[in-house]
Amino acid sequence: MELFKFRRDIPFMRHALALNAVSIVTFLLAVFFLFSRGLHLSVEFTGGTVMEVGYSQPADVPKVRSVIAGLGYTDIQVQNFGTAQDVIIRLPSQKGVSSAQQSETAFAALKAADPGATLRRQEFVGPQVGQELVTDGLKALAMVVVGIMIYLAVRFEWKFAVAAIVANLHDVIIILGFFAFFQWEFSLAVLAAVLAVLGYSVNESVVIFDRIRENFRRYRKMDTIEIINNAITSTISRTIITHGSTQIMVLSMLLFGGPTLFYFALALTIGICFGIYSSVFVGAAIAMWLGIRREDMVKPGAQKGLDPNDPNAGATV
Amino acid sequence: MNRYPLWKYVIIAIAMLVGALYTLPNFFGEAPAVQVSSGKATIKVDTGTQRRVEEALKAAGIAPAAIVFDGNSIKVRLSTGDEQLKAKDAIQKALVPDPSDPPYVVALNLLSRSPSWLSAIGAAPMYLGLDLRGGVHFMLQVDMDAALTRKVESLSGDLRTALREKSVRHSGISRNGQSIEVIFRDRATLEAAKAIVADQFADLQTVDAPEGDEFKLTARIKATAARTIQEQALKQNMVTLHNRINELGVAEPVIQQQGQDRIVVQLPGVQDTAKAKDILGRTATLEVRLVDESPEGQAAEAGTGPVPFGSERFLERNSRPVIVKKQVMLTGENLTDAQPGFDNQTQEAAVHLNLDAKGSRIFRDVTRENIGKRMAILLFEKGKGEVVTAPVIRSEIGGGRVQISGRMTTTEANDTALLLRAGSLAAPMEIIEERTIGPSLGAENIAKGFNSVTWGFLVIAAFMCVYYMMFGVFSSIALGINLLLLVAVLSMLQATLTLPGMAAMALALGMAIDSNVLINERVREELRNGASPQAAINTGYERAWGTIFDSNVTTLIAGVALLIFGSGPVRGFAVVHCIGILTSMFSAVFFSRGLVNLWYGRVKKLKVVSIGTVWRPEGGSEVARSGQGG
Repeated sequence: MELFKFRRDIPFMRHALALNAVSIVTFLLAVFFLFSRGLHLSVEFTGGTVMEVGYSQPADVPKVRSVIAGLGYTDIQVQNFGTAQDVIIRLPSQKGVSSAQQSETAFAALKAADPGATLRRQEFVGPQVGQELVTDGLKALAMVVVGIMIYLAVRFEWKFAVAAIVANLHDVIIILGFFAFFQWEFSLAVLAAVLAVLGYSVNESVVIFDRIRENFRRYRKMDTIEIINNAITSTISRTIITHGSTQIMVLSMLLFGGPTLFYFALALTIGICFGIYSSVFVGAAIAMWLGIRREDMVKPGAQKGLDPNDPNAGATV
Repeated sequence: MNRYPLWKYVIIAIAMLVGALYTLPNFFGEAPAVQVSSGKATIKVDTGTQRRVEEALKAAGIAPAAIVFDGNSIKVRLSTGDEQLKAKDAIQKALVPDPSDPPYVVALNLLSRSPSWLSAIGAAPMYLGLDLRGGVHFMLQVDMDAALTRKVESLSGDLRTALREKSVRHSGISRNGQSIEVIFRDRATLEAAKAIVADQFADLQTVDAPEGDEFKLTARIKATAARTIQEQALKQNMVTLHNRINELGVAEPVIQQQGQDRIVVQLPGVQDTAKAKDILGRTATLEVRLVDESPEGQAAEAGTGPVPFGSERFLERNSRPVIVKKQVMLTGENLTDAQPGFDNQTQEAAVHLNLDAKGSRIFRDVTRENIGKRMAILLFEKGKGEVVTAPVIRSEIGGGRVQISGRMTTTEANDTALLLRAGSLAAPMEIIEERTIGPSLGAENIAKGFNSVTWGFLVIAAFMCVYYMMFGVFSSIALGINLLLLVAVLSMLQATLTLPGMAAMALALGMAIDSNVLINERVREELRNGASPQAAINTGYERAWGTIFDSNVTTLIAGVALLIFGSGPVRGFAVVHCIGILTSMFSAVFFSRGLVNLWYGRVKKLKVVSIGTVWRPEGGSEVARSGQGG
C-alpha cells in the first residue's frame, strides 16, 4: 500500500506567499484573542481551590451553584466534569480563610444539600505558587527556543534555525490562540503539551532541512526553489504518516484519557496539525526568503565530491 | 552488509532480558499487606519485633504469605483483604497495648505480589503517584525569615549576657529586623565588644559606625551561618512532621525537601484531610519542671501512695513513673538547640542543650537553688506528657549551655536530642498547595491511562503492519520493545508514575514510530531509485539515522527544559518523555536493524523485501514488492 504517489515535485513554494499570508492572519487572530480574551488559566496558575464532587445521580449543577453561592462566594464556577454525575467547582482564594476551611465548609454544605455527594478530588494552590509556575513556564519556553536554535545553527545553519523557530513558535501561539478563543482551561498539563509540541514539530523542519541540504549536494543543476520543492515532496509522505501515527496516540488519549487528559490531548492535536502546515509552508518558505544558498550547505573546501553516499560522486558539471 | 556482529545481538539479548525482568514486577499486581513501622524516634523495629508479629499472627490463626523485614519496617503480605484486616487487628493488639500512645504504627498497605527472586535482584514495580492510587499531597512553605528572626532574637540575648559577664558597658542593645544594634559611649568599649563578638559569636559579623557622639555596633548573621540556620530549620521541621505523621498510620508517607524552603508531604491512601492537616499543624511543647522529691512524692513514685497535691505523675520512656511538680520552669520556646555529643571529662554520651538568654537566666536560678535534686524534661504531644529525661542537678548551670549525661548510650543520646529538637517546629509553616485524590478516581485514572496506551499502540501497530508489511511488523516489535524498556527503566529508577507520566508514555510511543517511518520511507525510496534490496536497507538505515538523531535531540531539548523548570505533574511528564526518547533511539534504530538483519541479512541473493508497495513514477506501473521476502 502506498498512500502518496507524486509523479513530479509539487510546487509548494509557488504559493508560499499566499499560504504565509494565511499563516500571518491566523497568527494575528491568535494574538488578538490572547490579548482580548486572555487564557483561562487553571487553578494551578491563579491560586484557589478546586473540588471535584461525585453524585450518585446526574448532578444538579444550578443547585450546586446556588449552595456554594449561599456561602458567600462571588466568583465561582460549577461545571460538569467528564460525566453527568461529576461536577467540578472552582473557588477563588480568599484572604484570611485557610484552604482547609474553604473546601471543608463548601463540601459540608454540599453534603447537607445532597447526602449522596462524595469528594473525589480536592486541590488548593496558594497564590505564590501560581506566580512561580508562570515564570517557570516562560523560562522553560525560553530554554527550549534558545536550545533548539543553537542546536540547529550548529548542525545546519542560522537561517534554518531562525526559520524553524519562527515556524514553530507560530504553532505555539496558534495553540494558545485556540485556548484563548474557546476559553479552554489552560493547565500545567497543557503547558507541558505545548512545549512537547514545540520540540516535536521542530522534528518536521529538521527532516525537511536535512533533505534540502542533501539535495543541494546532490542536484547541482536545480535552483533553490526546485530543491525545496523536491525536498518537501519526497518527505511529505513520511511527514503525514508519522504525524498520523502520533495523532493516533493522541486521539486514543482524547477518547480514553478522560477529562484530565482531554485538554492535554487537544493541545497536542492542534499542535500536530499546525506542525505539519508550518514546517512545510512557513518554515521552508522563511528559509527560502532568508536566502539559503548552496554555498551555505556545501562548505567550500569540504571534500564534497567524496561523499560516499553521493551518487554523483566524481561527476563534473 | 546487513549483518550484525555477534556482540550486537548479545547486547540486544541482554537489553531484552533485563527489560523483561524489570518490567515483570509490574504485572504481578499488589497484594494486601500490613506494615509495622516505628511510631517513635526512640523505638526501633528489629528482628525481635518480627518475632512478636509472627507470634501474634500465629496466635490469631493467620498464615501470612510472606513476612519481610527491610531495615525500617516489617511488611506482612496476606492473601485476602479480609485476612489483612484480621491480621492488622491481631498485630495491633500485640504491639500497641495503649492506642493513645502507640510505640508502633500498624498500617494497611499494598505490597507487590512479585516473587522473592525478583525482589532479590532489585526489581520492583513502578511507584504509583497520588493521582493513581489516591491520597493527600501537601506543599508547605517554611517561613525562613521567622527562623532567622528567632535566631537573631536569641543571639541578641546571648550577646547581652556575654557583654555583662565581661563587664563591657553599653547603652542599649536592640534588634532591628535581622540585625542587632548595640550603642557604646566610646570607641574603647566598642572595640572590646567587637572582640567578644569575634571570639564567642562565630555566626555574627559586625560593622561599626559613629552615631552622633556615640558609637553603634551592628551585628548581622553571616551568610554562611544563615544558610546553616535555614537548613537546620528545614530539617527540624521535617523531623517534626515525620513524628507527627507516624501517628496517622500511613504506610509510606513521603516527606521531601523541595527547593530551599519547601517541604512536600504525600500521604497515600489518606482521605481524611482535615485530620491530616490538624496533625501537621499541631505544635508539641517541651517543659522543664522539678521532680517532686518530698516523702509523699517518693512514695507515689514507688507506687505506695497517692500523688501529692501540686504534682503530677508521668511515665518515663522505660515506663518508670516520675512524680513531677506542676510548676513549669521553662518551655521549649527557650530551647534553641539540642545536639548529641560527649562529656568533656568522662567521655560519656551526653546531650548538649542551648538555651536562649531568658532561658539561661531562669535555668541558672533554678539550678542554683536546687542542687542535688532532680529535674524533669517533659515532652507534651497530643496533650499527653512523657518524661524525656530526669537527671540530677549537680551544680549551678549558667551561660545557657546545659549538658545532660549519665547512664546513656550514644543511641539514647541521639534519640533524646532528636526528641528535644523535634518537640517544636523551628519555623512556622504554611500550606501553599494541597491536593486530595479519592481512591476510586485513582483507579479510574490508571484504567484511562492504560486504555490510551493500549489502544493507541494497537492501532499504530496494525497500521504499520498493513502499510509496511514485514517492515511494519519489525517496527511494531521495536515499538513494543520500546515500551518494555521504558517501563523497565522507570521501574529501575523507581520513578513515580502519574497520569501525565502515562500520557508521556503514550506520546513517546507516538513519537518513537516516527523513527521507523523515516527508515521505512527511506528504504522504499532507495528501492524506488533502483537500489538492490540489501543496498536499499543499508542506505535507508544509514541516511535515516542522521535525521532521527537531529529530531530526537530537538525533542530532548524540550524534554530537558520541562525537567528543569517543571514541577509536580509536569516533571512526571518530563521524566517519562526524556527516557522515552532515549529508549526509542535504541529500539527504533539499533534493535529494529537487528531484526531486519536477522531476517534478511543472511539471504545471499535477496530479490524482494516485504515493505509494502513501492511505487515507481518512471514506469507508470506499480511494481509489487509485497509478499514474503526471500
